[in-house]
Amino acid sequence: MWWFKSKRSASSAKERLQLVLIHDRTDLTPAELNELKDELIQVISRHVEIEPDAVQIDLQHDGRTQRLVADIPLRSVTRRRTG
Amino acid sequence: MTAQVVTISSGKGGVGKTTAVANIAFALAASGSKVVCIDGDIGLRNLDVVMGLENRIVYDIVDVIEGRCKLRQAMIRDKHLPELYLIPAAQTRDKNAVSPSDMKRICDEIRPDADFVLIDSPAGIERGFRNAIAAADRVLVITNPEVSAVRDADRVIGILEAEEKHSPALILNRLNPDLVKQHDMLSAEDVLDLLGIKLIGIVPEDESVIVGSNRGVPVSQDPKSRAGQAFRNIAHRLKGEDVPFMDLDKQGGLWDRIQKMAGRR
Repeated sequence: MWWFKSKRSASSAKERLQLVLIHDRTDLTPAELNELKDELIQVISRHVEIEPDAVQIDLQHDGRTQRLVADIPLRSVTRRRTG
Repeated sequence: MTAQVVTISSGKGGVGKTTAVANIAFALAASGSKVVCIDGDIGLRNLDVVMGLENRIVYDIVDVIEGRCKLRQAMIRDKHLPELYLIPAAQTRDKNAVSPSDMKRICDEIRPDADFVLIDSPAGIERGFRNAIAAADRVLVITNPEVSAVRDADRVIGILEAEEKHSPALILNRLNPDLVKQHDMLSAEDVLDLLGIKLIGIVPEDESVIVGSNRGVPVSQDPKSRAGQAFRNIAHRLKGEDVPFMDLDKQGGLWDRIQKMAGRR
């Protein structure tokens, strides 16, 4: 039966709330966050070479503090030299 | 005597604000404090009926503000607890009859003569809510372990932070320990983790709460009620006493009994 296969509802309530609350608190929609990511990639690319497809931007919370966490892998310098 | 002004808010309606105010007020008054409750829900008066005082209303808070009576005249004394009073909401449709400064003025007038002023905030985050928190020394945010109630509680907490109110404390109301055990209800830990504020009480779901409201005698007067015990504990914590949180597992729900019979516990 389906309800035995699906995970219990409390964990899905918590996961959904985590996402909703972060966006409520920051007033940032997922679309705006994507836009922010694209602009960030452009700005950083002007100074260093990065891997645009591997860039990850997340909103995390620690208690009631929100944090914008960006993981931006740099393109390897040796590759640029040989290329 | 300088009263502590405590406002109970939730954002979402129907999570148990009025019931909590009535119960905590009865518990405080029964343990010797002088308590004045204010129904902050102008136009939708209901704290009076939960407290069983609906037949005694002559004046209301708008009468006080508009100078038709003295503050004392609008304070209805409880039938059993002589140190418990209610200032009822008006039934007028004009929500703008009360302003944040009116609430501050009324609370300041009560402060020297009471230990606690408990304000029942209306649902929502508009004028009535703003009035209710204007004079508050402390705000208790009440929620249920349910997605919409938690989300709205978070909005209220955000507004309180922006207003730089002393950090609010959480009442988690209507927790069903059996559902939590089955992982089909957010646990107290889940809700605290999501909202990131400190806890002042967990009230288990309890049929006796409805019975109490029906009679106009809040359940905190019933020594056998689990929810009543939880509300009494909140009252003690408001007085600064260190009361351990109840072990809700002791309740021995149906699921527990089945598991015991099946020899699984």
